[in-house]
Amino acid sequence: MLKIEELHASIDDKEILRGVNLDVKAGEVHAIMGPNGSGKSTLASVLIGRDGYDVSGRVEYEGEDLLALSPEERAAAGVFLAFQHPVEIPGVGNMYFMRTALNSLRRQRGQEELDAVDYLSLAQERMKLVEMDQSFMSRSVNEGFSGGEKKRNEILQMAILEPKLAILDETDSGLDIDALRVVASGVNALRTEGRAMLVITHHQRLLDHIVPDFVHVMAAGQIVRSGDKDLALELEANGYAGLTPSSERAERVGATG
Amino acid sequence: MTAPAPAPSVGISDEVRELADQEYQYGFSTDLETEVAPKGLSEDIIRLISAKKNEPDWLLEWRLKAYRHWTTLTPPTWQHISYGPVDYQDIIYYADPRPKKQLSSMDEVDPEIREMFDKLGISLGEQERLSGVAVDAIVDSVSVATTFKDKLAEVGVIFCSFSEAVQEYPELVRKYLGSVVPHNDNFFACLNSAVFTDGSFCYIPKGVRCPMELSTYFRINAVDTGQFERTLIIAEEGAYVSYLEGCTAPARDKNQLHAAVVELVALDDAQIKYSTVQNWYPGDVDGNGGVYNFVTKRGMASGRNAKISWTQVETGSAITWKYPGVVLKGDNSVGEFYSVALTARRQQADTGSKMVHIGKNTKSTIISKAISAGHGQNTYRGLVDMRHSAVGARNFTQCDSLLIGKDSGAHTLPYIDVKNNTGQVEHEASTSKIGEEQLLYCRQRGIPEEEAVSMIVNGFCREVFKMLPMEFAVEAQKLLTVSLEGSVG
Repeated sequence: MLKIEELHASIDDKEILRGVNLDVKAGEVHAIMGPNGSGKSTLASVLIGRDGYDVSGRVEYEGEDLLALSPEERAAAGVFLAFQHPVEIPGVGNMYFMRTALNSLRRQRGQEELDAVDYLSLAQERMKLVEMDQSFMSRSVNEGFSGGEKKRNEILQMAILEPKLAILDETDSGLDIDALRVVASGVNALRTEGRAMLVITHHQRLLDHIVPDFVHVMAAGQIVRSGDKDLALELEANGYAGLTPSSERAERVGATG
Repeated sequence: MTAPAPAPSVGISDEVRELADQEYQYGFSTDLETEVAPKGLSEDIIRLISAKKNEPDWLLEWRLKAYRHWTTLTPPTWQHISYGPVDYQDIIYYADPRPKKQLSSMDEVDPEIREMFDKLGISLGEQERLSGVAVDAIVDSVSVATTFKDKLAEVGVIFCSFSEAVQEYPELVRKYLGSVVPHNDNFFACLNSAVFTDGSFCYIPKGVRCPMELSTYFRINAVDTGQFERTLIIAEEGAYVSYLEGCTAPARDKNQLHAAVVELVALDDAQIKYSTVQNWYPGDVDGNGGVYNFVTKRGMASGRNAKISWTQVETGSAITWKYPGVVLKGDNSVGEFYSVALTARRQQADTGSKMVHIGKNTKSTIISKAISAGHGQNTYRGLVDMRHSAVGARNFTQCDSLLIGKDSGAHTLPYIDVKNNTGQVEHEASTSKIGEEQLLYCRQRGIPEEEAVSMIVNGFCREVFKMLPMEFAVEAQKLLTVSLEGSVG
């Protein structure tokens, strides 16, 4: 489904991704771990088409050149990002926002738009997945939401928009254990044969709840090690230090997450 | 308190830029037979206007008094706008698009005028109108049609052109004309008092709730014509009226002057809700042409518990200069101002509200939403004035500015003058920009960029839109979207 080859990305002449290679098949869940500044979030940003990066290399998604598409076209092709820091949009109702998004996607895919009634029943069903009540829908997008509510709202959008490739960027950060459980069970409910997930996280903790098929470790803009879920446990025990190529340690770049 | 905030560039794509030069939809002009006075302003021109309108002597004298005062004034320079000098002798002060005979029914309205209003989406045929909105249509300063007059007359509501009111209800006009905005109020109001040619007049008798929305539609059509209309609305004790005004003008490369005056009078327990959707021609992308909208609007909440509410959506005009206000004279009276002002292209707006608290326990609310895109400049200027007598007065002001692109500007200039220690004044202000983050978030969910911008802006304005009558709110949203398409980038 997703094939990343020699992906490089830099911002203001600072190289953050230095040749990422990754192969993700439908139905697989890949965890991407790594220390701060290793390029995990940048990888997510480049995949969804955030502005401001100089990008080279190749990303093939369902046989298409993903890098040639605009952010909305990528969304229409089924790429979804659960943002690390979901932004607030004052005055725009959450319900209205998600319906507009869903119908934009449907329109771009040549499907019929959902009317208000059908949409409402879909939304209500999906809200159960993340244990959200109706009051969330009448509030403005993310406005005044707690950290945990924002993350649940991201997973709700994923449940409603039904992407093929879901990227979860630090979805566990800032969650207490109860919220983590809700979010993780929501994500697990959305694991299907046809859907792939990239789960970006700092912590092994999330992977106790969302058990990945593969674990990759990023350091200094590259995937330095790949393995199965046991690799995450090993990292938990030993830390990242041993995994960073020593030659790279001195020149780590200052990107976030 | 000025906050000229430089906004970082927003990543706007070429598609949106292509939309940037979208034509002003109402820029057509209509070939009407128009009777015009010679250019220029003098006592003779004023006498001519007054004679054309068969006015009583007292009104001519009032006009002349205003004119003589006006000749002693100079245009104001304190506002945060810039424009070349206006040659007041190069303007036509009277243009009458009507055929000479009196109209006895709507069917006799000049077909070309009807067609012009049809193009604007306003039907002058009463049967064709879906909802109960009575319309007074004003072209180049002269009222051409007023609908639903008979139906309104049944409940005692008078809704007619100003000229007709002068003939039919001179005692009411004489009593209230200039009672809120005196003939010598300010440069533009003074000019208006001297040369106003028509406008709407509306009188709601005691205890009557006006059964339909009243609406005036203004259109500047003739070349080199100034539009100086005068609107007077009186709500007697316990009366209620909701009044809407809409405006458009043809796209012309020369600036057109619009200097209107609106006076509202609300007696005990009366309520007036006045809504404006202003879409005068804004000029082209380089700032050529467009309407100079220099307007004085003021309400007098003279009775106890009276309430006057202004809602405005200002998207047009090259320059907007207006400060709809309320004089809160009656005890417990309420004044409200809800505003969305959008400046795109090279538009400039200096607008806000004046709330003058005189009576006890008077209360005012000001909510201002300013959006600047392109090279637009938007200034909020407001006055909250609490006099000695205004014991227990309260004001809440909120001014929010939204910047789109790196060349636009927003400024906030609140003036607060409180002369008694029981008054309560709250002021909140914010300036934000449509962030790349908000846009990316929407686009990541599949919402195309231009739709995302419109969604974010409409969300920003929601507090004001919800104050508009339903149909107008929808219109206002569309207008905002179209105006933004003309300028984002």
